[in-house]
Amino acid sequence: MSSLSRSFGGLNAVDNLDLVIEPGPIHSIIGPNGAGKTTLFNLISGLYRPTGGNVFFENKDVTGQPAWKLAGLGLSRTFQNLQIFFNMSAVENVMVGMHLKCDTRFIPSLLRSRSVVRDDRKNRERAGELLEFVGLGGYLGAEASAMPYGALKRLEIARALAAGPKVMLLDEPAAGLNPAETAAIDDLIREIAAAGVTVVLVEHDMRLVMGVSDHIFVLERGRLLAEGNGHEIRHNPDVVAAYLGESARDR
Amino acid sequence: MSAEFLQFLISGVTVGATYGLVGLGFALIYNASHVINFAQGEFVMLGGMATVFLLGFGLPLPLAIALAVAMTVLAGLALERFAIEPAKGASTVTLIIITIGASIFLRGGAQVAWGRNFHSMPAFSGNDPIVVGGAAILPQSLWVMGGTALVVVALRWFFNRTRTGKAMVASAHNPLAAQLAGINGRFILLLSFGLSAMLGSIAGILIAPISLTYPGVGIMLGLKGFCAAILGGLGNPMGAVLGGLILGISEAMTAGYISSAYKDAVAFVIILAVLFFLPSGLFGTRGTERV
Amino acid sequence: MNLGTPQTGGVLAFAIVIAVLPLFLPNAFFYDVVILIGINAIACVGLNLLIGYAGQISLGHAGFFGIGAYVSAVLTDAHGWPPLAALLAGMLFVGLLSFVLARPIMRLKGHYLAMGTLGMGVIISIVLTQEVELTGGPDGMPVAALSVFGWQASGEKVWYWIVAAVLLATVWLALNLIASPVGRALRAVHGSEVAAQTLGVDVVRYKVLVFVTSAVLASLAGSLFAHYAGFVTPDEADFIHSIQLVTMVVLGGMASVFGAVAGAAILTVLPQMLTVFHDYEQLVFGAVLIGTMIFMRRGLVPTIGALLGKGRL
Repeated sequence: MSSLSRSFGGLNAVDNLDLVIEPGPIHSIIGPNGAGKTTLFNLISGLYRPTGGNVFFENKDVTGQPAWKLAGLGLSRTFQNLQIFFNMSAVENVMVGMHLKCDTRFIPSLLRSRSVVRDDRKNRERAGELLEFVGLGGYLGAEASAMPYGALKRLEIARALAAGPKVMLLDEPAAGLNPAETAAIDDLIREIAAAGVTVVLVEHDMRLVMGVSDHIFVLERGRLLAEGNGHEIRHNPDVVAAYLGESARDR
Repeated sequence: MSAEFLQFLISGVTVGATYGLVGLGFALIYNASHVINFAQGEFVMLGGMATVFLLGFGLPLPLAIALAVAMTVLAGLALERFAIEPAKGASTVTLIIITIGASIFLRGGAQVAWGRNFHSMPAFSGNDPIVVGGAAILPQSLWVMGGTALVVVALRWFFNRTRTGKAMVASAHNPLAAQLAGINGRFILLLSFGLSAMLGSIAGILIAPISLTYPGVGIMLGLKGFCAAILGGLGNPMGAVLGGLILGISEAMTAGYISSAYKDAVAFVIILAVLFFLPSGLFGTRGTERV
Repeated sequence: MNLGTPQTGGVLAFAIVIAVLPLFLPNAFFYDVVILIGINAIACVGLNLLIGYAGQISLGHAGFFGIGAYVSAVLTDAHGWPPLAALLAGMLFVGLLSFVLARPIMRLKGHYLAMGTLGMGVIISIVLTQEVELTGGPDGMPVAALSVFGWQASGEKVWYWIVAAVLLATVWLALNLIASPVGRALRAVHGSEVAAQTLGVDVVRYKVLVFVTSAVLASLAGSLFAHYAGFVTPDEADFIHSIQLVTMVVLGGMASVFGAVAGAAILTVLPQMLTVFHDYEQLVFGAVLIGTMIFMRRGLVPTIGALLGKGRL
């Protein structure tokens, strides 16, 4: 089944990191700011090339492959700074997520062939279903530019889901959300994982992390500081010293 | 060094200095506003044409030059105030159309005021070539080179030594931080347009005695100045000057040794070659998008 | 919202307008203007795909227009090719050329892309001007009439229907493309290249695709122009013309196929209307450009559409 492991070196943000992600459990990557979490995501999703080391997906070496090829292998992600297509509607945003499953041949598209039209209708319906799934049913006819921040975070998730990924990377899905919205994201993540997607989370919100993760990696200055389940991490003295010290008091 | 080579070199540096000044104007405006001012070439045209016009009234040369520069600066300020500012936040393409509209407007205005004909301007200090190493240098060439060097030195002093100049540099690097530090963004913008207009008009005045001037002279000059600015890395004023010199010399060498018909194409071939291998110009900074 | 309706309705309405328009054209002069609008519109619809939908820019597209015009001119006049074959040859040549250029050029962004395309257009224009042996130089060269299997196209009425048919087909194809997954991928590239990549869109490939498509359409328009005008000059490929095309697209409305047509119409007709201003024509034209861009940033058609509360055209 799917398992990811990578070891990098050189890129200062991420330093000789070795991670294995097994399918099934919900993983989280945490660490203080600047620990290299988003850089790690960018390396995995093919947006950056590693200066050293490899990325494996389902035991195949995919190092250096461009992002669009990795999407084809079953990887999708959301972004810390929203990368919504503001020039399209909510439904269309989600439909782009289904790009790889559509008929994208040029000539038939020009001629509006039956398969293109049929595909499109199916995909529009499916996009609507996905919007409902993430709780955005009320925005079916909306333009992305008219939606509030919280809704847009969910839209990105719906879009990433649209491709039917095997592994989904969520980069700070709860950033900027209030506790109620965060709890809703919590539920959503569980549902996604229950549907068979391997979820990897980068988050600062400890409540969310502790609540939803089965397995946690702690990064510090580009290196792996510790890994384990929530209980182990919370009581790991190195981790507490480096990171959880303050927020442990908040709990 | 052969006399022929020296000749080409000198004419190349002369025209390159002009490109550099125009490119400098592009760089300044870009730094302040991220706008590519396609009317930059028209500032050059206005400088030359206005001077010819004023000389026609019998004004002494220095006064004509000063007034012509002042007129062009006014045009530049008006451009910023009435065409750029109202379009705040518009997309790149929209802003390009606006400055193109401005260039058409200025060209049209020049045509109305001064007709479509070619005009010549008397050289500042006569036409007797000075012979150096077998090559004949026009005194006006020396004016161009000297004038450009003076301008560059003055600008360096301005940016490094004066408060306003430093404010401009700061604004270019980080407009938000500059504003928070109390620098007036609008003023900087106006200043950059005025400064660019001044530079453009000076370039036009310096070069007019060598090549004729007419309302359409700004088009090609503007485009090549844009090339110079990109070559030096958009946003790098000194790079633009260097870029201009490189372009000018390459152009002269091509015209002299290869083919004078394709002279105009040289600047663009160079810029394409550079862009294909160095997408941010020779000295430009490469930005990375934060995701 | 039914997928079929907006396009089919639009195309149908457009077809009706085209069919009915000749009734309102009193003389050859008006026909001439409308034909020129049509030719420009063909190029503009293509350019709109590049600028409006895919969010790129090209300040050198007249170069492709000029190449199309000259390939038609040279092949039919100097070598006796059948005009239709020459037209297709032009499109093929431009397709290949733009394909080769697209990869390095489309790596550029923003102002650097503007400069890259600008340089490309100027170089084409200079080559066409300088290669006097081939092209007749700055004075231009004549073009044989358009003839298909012996039947010759002559007269403004015939040309009207030719151009109208090609334009209608172009509009239909463009609208189909926009509504398809390919079209959405193009718009995604405009919206966020990074996100598009992670969703499986090969951004480079799509940029090349839209660049080549728009170039080929420009070539088609150029060839039609050559046969219609009967004469071509290097001006067809110059920077000024490239800017005119971009202005038509922006003015009419980016991300709007009918906007591109409207823009072509406005900017072809406007100079005619401005002749009343005689010497002040350029002044007024420049002012109009500036004013429109300031007050109607998204272009004419989307602005009017928004005012009327309609959806996208």
